[in-house]
Amino acid sequence: MMYAFSYHAPISLSEARKRFEESEDAAYISGGHTLLPTMKNRLAAPSDLVSLGQIEELQGIAVAEGCLTIGAAETHASVAASDAVTGRIPALAGLAGSIGDVQVRHRGTIGGSVANNDPAADYPSAVLALDARLHTSERVIEASDFFQGVYTTALEPGEILTKVGFRIPDTAGYAKMRNPASRYALAAAFVARFGDSVRVAITGASEDGVFRWTEAEERLSKEVSAGALAGLTLNEADMNEDIHASRGYRAHLAALCTRKAAELQGRLTLL
Amino acid sequence: MTTVTLTINGDRRQVDVEDRTLLVDLLRETLGMTGTHVGCDTTQCGACTVILDGKAVKSCTILAVMAEGAELRTIEGLADGDTLHPMQQAFCDNHALQCGFCTPGMIMAAVNIIERHGTDIDESLVRRELEGNLCRCTGYHNIVKAVLDVAGKLPRASE
Repeated sequence: MMYAFSYHAPISLSEARKRFEESEDAAYISGGHTLLPTMKNRLAAPSDLVSLGQIEELQGIAVAEGCLTIGAAETHASVAASDAVTGRIPALAGLAGSIGDVQVRHRGTIGGSVANNDPAADYPSAVLALDARLHTSERVIEASDFFQGVYTTALEPGEILTKVGFRIPDTAGYAKMRNPASRYALAAAFVARFGDSVRVAITGASEDGVFRWTEAEERLSKEVSAGALAGLTLNEADMNEDIHASRGYRAHLAALCTRKAAELQGRLTLL
Repeated sequence: MTTVTLTINGDRRQVDVEDRTLLVDLLRETLGMTGTHVGCDTTQCGACTVILDGKAVKSCTILAVMAEGAELRTIEGLADGDTLHPMQQAFCDNHALQCGFCTPGMIMAAVNIIERHGTDIDESLVRRELEGNLCRCTGYHNIVKAVLDVAGKLPRASE
């Protein structure tokens, strides 16, 4: 059983901030599909849980001025099924639909995934490759400044991620090798083309979490194809190693995913 | 303690729970509704699947207080007296269970597949939609058959 805590369900951003500040050791909870398992294992024991599920500013999916903006409390299932997302960035809808299983997608949220910055999570790769802007209760943070290593972001204590604004690319592809049990990425690549410029983000593979693979971006800016990446490899020493995969295997998978995502633009590809 | 008001299988209930109480524990421990099972308690096996506001969810990973105002359906709410729900009957007809431990969650997930997709489903959709439910006995084949049977998509022997 989890340690005892007090639960709060504020209906405004300011009320949520206030509740957080007034609590001894609060945590925000959205879908709870990372936090509750962590609390059950007693790896986290917040004194208070402040729910973000009832706050209107965190909801909704909208398109404006070349930008697809998704509220932080939108679930993976609602992102995967959204006409705005499937129409503008089908690879992003595919990514959302590849997270966990259907029950998990009914509860887990984009904001939770991005703010947690799990090194094997899917969304951080899309945030980085689609040059997203992270809107918070306090400010706007550029994707390049947001992720700061495993489980670490630019969010200050108490700051709430409210919306993720993705730049709509000309085309994009996402390719992923799933851990067959958890369906987290053993390695995955998000490849997005904006005119002559291509952005490549790799998740699941590195010891430091999501990162941009700039050598691959240079190759693909000339031509978005698997062939353009021939012979290009990642440094094994920078990869993560655990019971699921060795450094060498992850380096191989990340490069393979990048080739697949480049070749199969406009969709999700599961290896 | 917090008072949670929710509708369970059509009945409005008010229950006092500790904030840390999981939804599945509200069902099993507080209300004695033991049809919903706890298999892994780690969001993986799906034995605790219930339908919350029209969506299949894992009740081991939701706080009871998060279900405030919700409409919840569990395995106990499916049969009409002695008449089984069509999905329950299809599980019997197709031998879609052996030990039966995963069955309540499997059936709730399966019912929700039909609710969300209608009968326009095929084997690959059913298998993808059941990824969150683990069965260690059947090998899934007959479970998939049962769901397709309810949708009228099962090839008959004569065909």
